[in-house]
Amino acid sequence: MTTTVVHELRATPVAKRPFGARALRVTGALSLVGIAATIWLGLWVTPPDAFMGNQVRLLYIHPPMAWVAFLAYGISFLSSLAYLWRRTRATAWDRLAGAAAEVGVVFTGLTLVTGSIWGRPTWGTWWTWDPLLTTTALLFVLYLGYLAIRHIPGTDETRGKRNAIAAVVAFIDVPVVYFSVYLWQSLHQTPSILNLTTRKTTIHGSMAWTLLLGFCSFTMAFFWLLVERYRLAGLEAREESFGLQAALEERRLEGRT
Amino acid sequence: MWRDARLVMGKDLRIEMRSRVSLNQVLPFALAVLVLFGLALGPNLHVLAAETAGLVWMAVLFSCVLGVQRSYSIESSDAARDGLRLSGLDPAGIFLGKAGALALQLFVLEIVLALVASVLYGTALSEALVLAVTCVVATLGLSAVGTLYGALALGVRVRETLLPLLFFPVVAPVLMGAMKAWQAGLAGTPGKAAGWLELLTVFAVAYGAIGTIAFGPLLEDG
Repeated sequence: MTTTVVHELRATPVAKRPFGARALRVTGALSLVGIAATIWLGLWVTPPDAFMGNQVRLLYIHPPMAWVAFLAYGISFLSSLAYLWRRTRATAWDRLAGAAAEVGVVFTGLTLVTGSIWGRPTWGTWWTWDPLLTTTALLFVLYLGYLAIRHIPGTDETRGKRNAIAAVVAFIDVPVVYFSVYLWQSLHQTPSILNLTTRKTTIHGSMAWTLLLGFCSFTMAFFWLLVERYRLAGLEAREESFGLQAALEERRLEGRT
Repeated sequence: MWRDARLVMGKDLRIEMRSRVSLNQVLPFALAVLVLFGLALGPNLHVLAAETAGLVWMAVLFSCVLGVQRSYSIESSDAARDGLRLSGLDPAGIFLGKAGALALQLFVLEIVLALVASVLYGTALSEALVLAVTCVVATLGLSAVGTLYGALALGVRVRETLLPLLFFPVVAPVLMGAMKAWQAGLAGTPGKAAGWLELLTVFAVAYGAIGTIAFGPLLEDG
């Protein structure tokens, strides 16, 4: 039965070359090459930092990952608003919000891991209750919850509304969390990532270019993954409806014999 | 809207008066949590007294999840939800009513927990006014988020496991705010609580507003 579903999926006219497929593939390839180049430049070509030594090398990928995560949540929030707005309501927005959040969670996880690896030699600890770190960790669990909501079955409309409201609630929480953690830990100020970002503006030459390349390639990788995930969500929905159709057909055939 | 809110709140409280589920199950659970915290961190009273604020508010958060579950389990049986939908009540009013009933029950629970904690952990409840005001604003925020998420998870088979996952990360600011404000109150420095009370108020207003707006669509097709 599965084979018939696959056949039907292939046979339907919608399956003709999706718009921008080549551009997408080029973006994917470019982003992978860019990330590889960033790693190569970061590990072998650039000099060690005057203050941080070799630990600076992790900073060519860590801030780009964090940026991508926040970009993803921003897109997820905006497309959820677009879904909630009656005039622009379309399942496409719901899928886009889900795809962005999913990629965002992956990059948040990577941000936490790379940050932790960087923190161990630099601060002497895997974890510190710095506002940015704490907010990121809460963000991670917050959006895991959002992804859990997305898995709940229902009609397109029900799910769409539920998902969109959950995304808005989660996103609004982010500044509140950041502000409260900032107040909460103000008694024991630990080395903050913010200090680093202000200092980073003073770096020159190959280091700055490597960081820029890192930002560009991770952003491209993000859009590549986002569009792929978005298309996959569309295919999943179609597969589901085809599966239902096939099951109905089967029941009808049973009835005939 | 306010009249509808009063009606729904009265209904929920009447159900509680007759069934006594919160009184007989949620409150004892919260007390058990307080005792277990003592076992986990004790028996040094100095440690427990210093951490009273955090422990009490963790117990409140746990109980709040149970309260939300209860608040919606009475809507999920006997097609009560369809009844609510067909009743013609303003969804915003239903939200405010359910949140209000939950808040009132939580508030009573917090008073009991505070008294018990002061005995078990040897904490003097100084600056009772600051503590009480903190309870009021923090509880409003908690019940707004809880009621909103409860509606989101209503009619979902995995509700029991989904709700805590959604609820805890979002109310992290309430935990921090209430805990810090209580610490300031218990330490006899009420001035330090002011910023936290503002934060808790902003939180309660923001989520109260979101819930009031979003409840209609959620109830419609849940």
